[in-house]
Amino acid sequence: MAIINLKINSKDYSIDVDPQMPLLWAIRDFVGLKGTKYGCGIAQCGACTVHLNGQPVRSCSLPVAAVANKNITTIEGLSDDNSHPIQKAWIEEQVPQCGYCQSGQIMAAAALLSKNASPNDADIDAAMQGHICRCGTYPRIKRAIKKASENKP
Amino acid sequence: MVSRRQFIKNTGKASFALWLGATSNGFANAAFITDAPSNFTPFVKIEKNGKITIFNTKPEMGQGTFQSVPALIAEELEVSLDAITIVQTSGEKQFGGGQAAGGSSSIRGNYDAYRKIGAAAKEMLVKAASVKWGIGIESCYAENGSVHSKLSKEHLSYGDLIEEASKLEVPKEPKLKNKSDFKIIGKSIQRPDVPLKVSGKAEYGIDVEVPNMVYATVFRSPVIGGTLKSFDADATLKIPGVIKVVEAKTTVGKYQYSGVAVIAKSYWAALQGRKVLKVEWDTNGYENFNLSDYENKLRNLSKEAGVLDKNIGNVESVKTEPGNSVESFYETPMVAHHTLEPMNCIAHVNGEMLTIWTSTQVPSAITGSGPNDLHSQIGMKPENITLHSKFIGGGFGRRLYTDYVIEAVNIAKQIEQPVKVIWSREDTTQHSAVRPMTFSQLKGGFSKEGELISFQHKVISPSYFDSVGPNFDKTKVDAIMIEGIGEQAYQIPNIKTSYVYADFHVPVAAWRSVTSSTVAFAHECFIDELAHKVKKDPLDFRLQMLDKDSDTKRVLLKLKEVSNWDKPLPKGKGRGVAQWEFFAGLCAHVVEVSVTKDNTIKIDKVYAVIDLGEVVNPDNVKNQIEGSIVMALTAAIKTGITIENGKIKQSNFHDNPMIRMHETPEIEVHILADGGKIKGVGEPGLPPFAPALANAIFSISGKRIKKMPFDLKLS
Repeated sequence: MAIINLKINSKDYSIDVDPQMPLLWAIRDFVGLKGTKYGCGIAQCGACTVHLNGQPVRSCSLPVAAVANKNITTIEGLSDDNSHPIQKAWIEEQVPQCGYCQSGQIMAAAALLSKNASPNDADIDAAMQGHICRCGTYPRIKRAIKKASENKP
Repeated sequence: MVSRRQFIKNTGKASFALWLGATSNGFANAAFITDAPSNFTPFVKIEKNGKITIFNTKPEMGQGTFQSVPALIAEELEVSLDAITIVQTSGEKQFGGGQAAGGSSSIRGNYDAYRKIGAAAKEMLVKAASVKWGIGIESCYAENGSVHSKLSKEHLSYGDLIEEASKLEVPKEPKLKNKSDFKIIGKSIQRPDVPLKVSGKAEYGIDVEVPNMVYATVFRSPVIGGTLKSFDADATLKIPGVIKVVEAKTTVGKYQYSGVAVIAKSYWAALQGRKVLKVEWDTNGYENFNLSDYENKLRNLSKEAGVLDKNIGNVESVKTEPGNSVESFYETPMVAHHTLEPMNCIAHVNGEMLTIWTSTQVPSAITGSGPNDLHSQIGMKPENITLHSKFIGGGFGRRLYTDYVIEAVNIAKQIEQPVKVIWSREDTTQHSAVRPMTFSQLKGGFSKEGELISFQHKVISPSYFDSVGPNFDKTKVDAIMIEGIGEQAYQIPNIKTSYVYADFHVPVAAWRSVTSSTVAFAHECFIDELAHKVKKDPLDFRLQMLDKDSDTKRVLLKLKEVSNWDKPLPKGKGRGVAQWEFFAGLCAHVVEVSVTKDNTIKIDKVYAVIDLGEVVNPDNVKNQIEGSIVMALTAAIKTGITIENGKIKQSNFHDNPMIRMHETPEIEVHILADGGKIKGVGEPGLPPFAPALANAIFSISGKRIKKMPFDLKLS
């Protein structure tokens, strides 16, 4: 066990945990932010995606010690009122079904748009193919990303 | 029924509300009381301050019931969906045994009943206003949560009318609105759960935290059917955070299993403890079980006559000329549900009292308010069970089963604190009941004139009913395993369907669209074979066998139109069609394909037509059908579940892959909602997809696919 300092959504947290524990469980069970989801534990489904210094990463496969003091953003940090262009587009397109994978999908899409303001189909496929939506909302996710890229100020 | 006397007696209190709902001896009853009594199932509550609450007994798992069920009531009540509070019920006794979602039944089973509740309330409120104003009912109308007078500008909000309304009889046959006056039904109104799911705020079972909660992971027998012999927890108990190691029993259908639960202060600590846990299992001979042997057994069983299901005409008496008949054999795999939210459940046993927090499709079964009750299996009294039912991170049939709840309760009985049991993805893949495989033997015979005059479909498979209960009668047909076959609308003079039971030791489950997800593949590919045999267009061949008023014919005609079926495709493209009607509903697809340079099938486009009778939220229906096609594509072309040496070979998404965005075809959905029989939404999009795709592949390559999963790479 070790004291690890985490910076999540611009807030500082200090937790006493196994340094090898994945960031996912630190976020969910020690910091208490539940929007980031557990789906597979082996970086295959993307449900646990958060931003690390702006880059999308799989929190289920990152030891918490490796991300100490780095800037982590979770779905809760994207906006507190669904005002992020991606979240707005997700609502306009009525993307979710069960919704469980959508935090991860949204974090990946937000990261894509921050690097590429107008992604084409191939860019979107490449950025999103690490994500599984078992309900199969992919057509809407793609539409929403395009809509967000058009709506972006 | 609540008496007027009770109403008068209770008027002094401030928190009174008009409750409208049902008792066991009549659908609609009203009461003006503080709390609905336990023998009364409330659907609507209207308070003096105008607050309107609609109680929703259908769990939300992505299918949209969170909106669609309240929409039916709100439409007739003349209130907007923004103005109501939706309360999802959690298996409470007063809400009865219908608190469950499955079988695409939420809307099709309740379309008129829910509307009548809203309409009855509205009629009472309108009448109350007319009494207050001393004018005729015909001079009053309800709109937007108020009753208005046509004679003046006067209006009264529902809250101001509840006391007067509660004195009235509940109309038994309230007048329902004309479809043309609908403001909610039939409109693509944004779903209220979407903002919660976009912000990360929607709470699923796995997200719940309760004070003093501990975590558990369960080590279950890797060999299916293995029993717990002994365990050594010495090393586990030395792991920091591990609290206790206990036996964890559960039940799934007729099967009882034991695992070993590691309870710890955190889930991560529990997982570390499980890694060093030593467990010995009795594998009871099941370690020799291999799926490939079992599949051979199913093939051999196809020689048996089996149990007769449907017998129209006399197939045996039909004499077909040599060369005028076709025989075929189709095979399908087992598949996993793979809800993205893995199984999980929090249970807290406090003496006689039990509290459960989980995501489930069957709240009333967990609390003992409905059939297939759980309480007898966990030794708890129904009145002592409290459930907190949460958003469901995928159901697809998996969460119809309560094995993960029973297991959590049995663990909770051995520790004071509430315990959250989380199944890893691997646990969920390898220890869940699976969709069974079905093998199909088909025969068809033509007359000299080329008319299809005989048709036989024999299903060989494990039995669903044998898995869920101990008393399955093997001399009878398992209706679930031949489900849908008998409902096909094709008019063929001689039809015989039958079922051959195959013994199996692996628990099997309903999977989204149940057995139609496999038998439709065989049935509708075989229809295509028959069309090819007599050199007919496969869509016209189907249409010619359908009565002109049949729903199936209407769907296929619409599909023919929207898919431009009569327009020849450019060179290098092919297409296939399939339809399926079954208990859940009716849908048909056309799949267009081409072949890439590396000799692989590319799915260019899917056209879908779903027949609903009436549609509540068209955009949500489209979302459901898009998703159904994606899920059906996974089942058609990705690895299923296989068993080697008694163990499920697949464990996670690397070896049990799902369709991803870049593999998703373009999908165009059309809805038929022209007042016919009300049909379901959640499942009908799946069964026709695999056969439509296989038929498309045949049309472009001449390769007849008879086994799922199949490869899009042509050899």
